Amino acid sequence: MSETVRESMEFDVVIVGGGPAGLAAAIRLRQLSPETSVCLIEKGSEIGAHIVSGAVIEPRALAELLPDWKERGAPLNTAVTAEEMLYLTETGSVRVPFLDKLMPHMANHGNYIVSLGEVCRWLATQAEELGVEIYPGFAGAEVLIENNRVAGVATGDMGITREGEHGPNYQPGMELRGRYTLFAEGCRGSLTKQVMAHYDLRKGVDPQTYGLGIKEVWEIPAEKHRPGLVQHSFGWPLDDQTYGGAWLYHFGENLVSYGFVVGLDYPNTWLSPFEEMQRLKLHPAFRKHLEGGRRVSYGARALSEGGLQAVPRLTFPGGALIGDSAGFLNVPKIKGTHTAMKSGMLAAEAVVEALASNRPEPASFTQRVKDSWLWEELRTARNIRPAFARFGMKKGAIYAGIDAMLLKGRAPWTLHFKHQDNEVLKPASLCEKPAYPKPDGQLTFDRLSSVFLSATNHEEDQPVHLRVKNLSLWKTVNWDVFRAPESRYCPAGVYEVVDEATDPRLQINAQNCVHCKTCDIKDPAQNIDWAVPEGGGGPNYPAGM
Amino acid sequence: MKIVVPVKRVVDYNIKPRVKADGSGVETAGVKMSMNPFDEIAVEEAIRLKEKGVATEVVVVSIGVQQAQDTLRTAMAMGADRAILVLSEESPEPLAVAKVLKAIVAKEEPGLVILGKQAIDDDMNATGQMLAGLLGWGQGTFAGKVDVADGSVRVSREIDGGTEEVSLTLPAIITADLRLNEPRYASLPNIMKARKKPLETLNAADLGVDMTRRLTVVSVAEPPQRQAGVKVGSVSELVEKLRNEAKVI
Repeated sequence: MSETVRESMEFDVVIVGGGPAGLAAAIRLRQLSPETSVCLIEKGSEIGAHIVSGAVIEPRALAELLPDWKERGAPLNTAVTAEEMLYLTETGSVRVPFLDKLMPHMANHGNYIVSLGEVCRWLATQAEELGVEIYPGFAGAEVLIENNRVAGVATGDMGITREGEHGPNYQPGMELRGRYTLFAEGCRGSLTKQVMAHYDLRKGVDPQTYGLGIKEVWEIPAEKHRPGLVQHSFGWPLDDQTYGGAWLYHFGENLVSYGFVVGLDYPNTWLSPFEEMQRLKLHPAFRKHLEGGRRVSYGARALSEGGLQAVPRLTFPGGALIGDSAGFLNVPKIKGTHTAMKSGMLAAEAVVEALASNRPEPASFTQRVKDSWLWEELRTARNIRPAFARFGMKKGAIYAGIDAMLLKGRAPWTLHFKHQDNEVLKPASLCEKPAYPKPDGQLTFDRLSSVFLSATNHEEDQPVHLRVKNLSLWKTVNWDVFRAPESRYCPAGVYEVVDEATDPRLQINAQNCVHCKTCDIKDPAQNIDWAVPEGGGGPNYPAGM
Repeated sequence: MKIVVPVKRVVDYNIKPRVKADGSGVETAGVKMSMNPFDEIAVEEAIRLKEKGVATEVVVVSIGVQQAQDTLRTAMAMGADRAILVLSEESPEPLAVAKVLKAIVAKEEPGLVILGKQAIDDDMNATGQMLAGLLGWGQGTFAGKVDVADGSVRVSREIDGGTEEVSLTLPAIITADLRLNEPRYASLPNIMKARKKPLETLNAADLGVDMTRRLTVVSVAEPPQRQAGVKVGSVSELVEKLRNEAKVI
């Protein structure tokens, strides 16, 4: 908390986060009520700077929000034209037949391969034209709670030194006060976490389960490029106990989006999502697309996989949770953009209603969600991800096929998640170490050259934003039992063990952080708290991400 | 005294530039753009001179595409009073820029023009010098320290192996080097206020300046890939390699 007097400004609605959910909410608010003042802040240096997604998007919500999106020049330029789902063994692959029957969620007819960062930049221009005030480069650092009502957020102070003193360029944060505040921080938002705790929003719902997605953009030779091609895979290199898979999309000007998602409920502490992602490129099914190309970008982000069972209470006095802050991703579809946008639009409608009647809580949001196609989607998809958690990959896939073909998502039962992702990690002595190949510099790379391509930067002289609450716990739990899993799951090389042989210590290279939030989720003792760094810090993902 | 500060919108310094596949230039589509860091230093210096009471007004100018107004807003959020955007194609050549600035100087009649020493995109390091030549004003380039007093300005210039002190009669041209100051953050309240500060838009043609390109880009290529290092066993092997392989001694 800062002692200096902060400036403050009043808005009708404050939105934290400039992703698809926050921007869709902002646009809908001004469409419904042009007099409503809307302020949106984004911790990235510009809109899109922190957006990582595959992304194949379903334009359903966009078409509801801006029916003339094509005429307005939305950057949805590559329609999906061909689609494959592969089951991989170490050297071979089997194409899943009758994909549209067995995995109807995966059917991508009518969908588009996009750079979600570009889509967000475009949505931001639409929002600004409608009069939304957008301020990138400012992180929401503090929730203002007054008389048990969320009264807005405060941005972080700038120019605090590493020791926590006011530096020469010190600028106090600012209070952005809103009659309603929408949290659209994406998966595992740092303010969302505080709001959930304060209002006990997760009471009575399943623990959230997460995935970590790691993505690269490649530029490949024109003769190899097949715009519109979508390839998904599961199986190798992950074992049957680990949920995950890969994507490869041809889009844009000779670009390929390649990425890999691992369920963060993986048990093997030696597993390294980054290295799994790297070695998968050596498989013939991926190598043939990427060989001869060059990698142009890199990024990573956690995503919510809990689905319907893990959706918390959505509203509280003074605001609501939207998008992946609430966990609206549709896992079997592996899509969350359309649901995020839809939730933002529905929240906007509820807020406009609450503004008119001056109710403290935009409570009708919950009912609006339950009456919408968003809820129907999550309801029919609800048993698939937990089936993988319960039965493993192979049997889980069979369950998913039966669920889709025979039950059509209408099973009279609901499978539940029982554990938090950090609780399922097994001690190092009980796990087998995978043998990861050394990077070859052509198809596979190390962490540091990868982070370099994410254009990540943080002002050097600032307090470390990855807060280890109890340092001694690191030695007794993280090191002695699990052998520092953070040094493997972090896709950016933030966590490093030094003096391993003599006196192992944790070194935190906070400047590398790509804001994926995995450490906040997977740390076995929940001892790492991801707080926002100085605004504008973090990755600067270019177009294509 | 009024100070004019030209600012350029360039590919952000955090971004690894990517050469277009056809070698015609650097990819700027969808790439984050921001103010040239040396121009930020120039803006900061001008604002400090205003805060000291030496200057009365700081006018920022950018020459380029419509989006350059974001760069001008940033400068105004830092503390500049108003802005002029001269519309032209992206990244015009230094001589054309200097000619536009000469026309702006004729209109604004500043006592000082402070520029960044160079833009980090093309690294030309020419505009300040050309503007001084066109105006016939004194120039203090690579400034590491600036003191204005009694109709003249003392500039400490960063030169090879030390500094050089020059004294210039006003009006004059200064180009900012890295160590001149550390620019401030644009605070959120100031960014909000900057949205209401005046921004005038002109066309290069209205100023009577011919923006035709006089330079031809032959090709743009990325630096060659660095080869992996080797460990040498002895000093004599090192000397041998330096002499016969690297051919540096």
